[in-house]
Amino acid sequence: MSERVLMEGSAAMAESAVRAGCRFYAGYPITPSTEILEYMSVRLPQVGGTCMNAESEIEAIGMVWGAAGCGVRSMIASTGQGISLMQESFAELANAQIPVVAVNMCRGQGDYFQATRGGGHGDYRFIVLAPASAQEAVDLAQLAFHLADKWRNPVMIMGDFLLSHTSEIVDFRPPAFPELPPKSWAITGADGRRGITLSPLGPAEKLSTDIAAALSAATAKHGGIKGEETRAETGHLDDAELVVVAFGFPGRFAKYAVRLARERGLRVGFVRPISLWPFPSEVIAAAAARARAVAVFELNAGQMVEDVELAVRGRAPVHAIGGISHDHSGFGVGPLLNVELILQRIEEAYGTA
Amino acid sequence: MTDVPASFEKVFEPPDLLLRAEHSLCPGCGEPVALRMMLELIRELGLRERTICVAGIGCYTAFPMIMDVDVMQALHGRAPSVATGVKRVRPDAFVFTMQGDGDMVSEGLQEVIHAAARGEKFTAIVFNNAVFGETGGHMTAATVLGQHTKTTVGGRDRERHGSPIKICELVAQLEGAAYVARAAAHTPSAIKLAQQYLHDAFRAQLDGKGFSLVEILTMCPTDWFVTPDQGPAFLEKHLVPTYPLGVIKQ
Repeated sequence: MSERVLMEGSAAMAESAVRAGCRFYAGYPITPSTEILEYMSVRLPQVGGTCMNAESEIEAIGMVWGAAGCGVRSMIASTGQGISLMQESFAELANAQIPVVAVNMCRGQGDYFQATRGGGHGDYRFIVLAPASAQEAVDLAQLAFHLADKWRNPVMIMGDFLLSHTSEIVDFRPPAFPELPPKSWAITGADGRRGITLSPLGPAEKLSTDIAAALSAATAKHGGIKGEETRAETGHLDDAELVVVAFGFPGRFAKYAVRLARERGLRVGFVRPISLWPFPSEVIAAAAARARAVAVFELNAGQMVEDVELAVRGRAPVHAIGGISHDHSGFGVGPLLNVELILQRIEEAYGTA
Repeated sequence: MTDVPASFEKVFEPPDLLLRAEHSLCPGCGEPVALRMMLELIRELGLRERTICVAGIGCYTAFPMIMDVDVMQALHGRAPSVATGVKRVRPDAFVFTMQGDGDMVSEGLQEVIHAAARGEKFTAIVFNNAVFGETGGHMTAATVLGQHTKTTVGGRDRERHGSPIKICELVAQLEGAAYVARAAAHTPSAIKLAQQYLHDAFRAQLDGKGFSLVEILTMCPTDWFVTPDQGPAFLEKHLVPTYPLGVIKQ
């Protein structure tokens, strides 16, 4: 049964998480992610869950570690600054193969590298999903919990101030995911079996010392994730001479600017990566092979443009047409979020301006 | 195994929850003594099936692989927040943390304080040997004044290095702390007392009274730069004056 309501992006995503079975949340207030904490503090107790207003980001991610390690679907949210503080735990959660969902309602899009490369140590990857609307945030929150459990890997949802604070109509349509195997790795107490260890340092089996095998298992799945979980929205690529690449909420502005360019007779198409890792390199490479140029619009000094260049591999020139964009608040809503301005930059990249 | 003469009576055996009756720690180390006490008590109270241990990072990080209970390995300093998440989603589990002084008092001090203040219903156990043992003998926040380490050559000096933190006294003043005691592993009588304190701390958790903390002073002859047999006397002479044994709050 579908259910359409008007909600702020933050609350909608939190509600979707609860409907996905999230029963533990820990967070530390920080704009623009605070509304998720506020929502969870009211909502989770209604369904028998727990919301912790932690004393620090480091303790918040520790609490989420403990709950998720017990097999309970668990979530944390912050903004880039708070996410920075969690990086040690993020790296080791991936090594311990503990499925958590981490939301980064970042300020601007300057946290692209942080999300896709991670600021922690060692060999690890987060699956990173970037919704462009409250509805997509609802859908991707459901998907995030599914993917986290499916791959036993943390999943990050990368949003921003606008996504967090814009109210839109959302439909809580229940997803149809295949059933997942039971969490035999979860820490439950050793009832009827030998004890197990859930650790980023080594294997689950007692007395085993095969650390390399345990760490290899945590990274061997990366190829499978790339093969199965790459997602992107595309438009007008068949005859596109210029391919515009943009992600997240600003991706909606870019998509609209591409539509206006089409109305002016310009052969412009777009790719909006929905998964930032794995990155939709193949679809971008294919589009670039048919185009004269590629233009990347992002609200930072130039981060995703490097992934686009890696995908394009010289098939076409790649132009960075975004930039750092902030108003006095510092929350990433600045003058560049202007369709006329984006259209002008598209025209420049197209060669008609 | 050599054959045991029939006239011999078995008076001692390792706890059955110890999967391998040996460990990789140094001769004279006090931490295996504490491990034995914990495992025996878990068996005695019938808690094995619902026990979840959250382990910190130190020499004792070798223990999770030889303990036949479920263990979640936490990062350095982070066991109390991880144990909070565990206990909140599994309130029927018996949850205890295992940290060293470097883990609890240096790296993760705010974690134990916040968990105690919240009255989290798990038992925190800290092995205090007043030194970073695993790194090879460096000062922790619990190193006592005058103690020689590789970073306090000539002894810990109040002016230069500050004074040690007494974690039990710090935690005991918090409302959420239900039981706080300090024990040691250096003599038979101290061990007997330590067993009692651990028992009472476990009971405080099982009775839902709040946060419980047991500090166990442990020998580290390697990083005290003495021989294994000198460890217990060193502990008595240098640690106990700063860290008096006894129940601090119940």
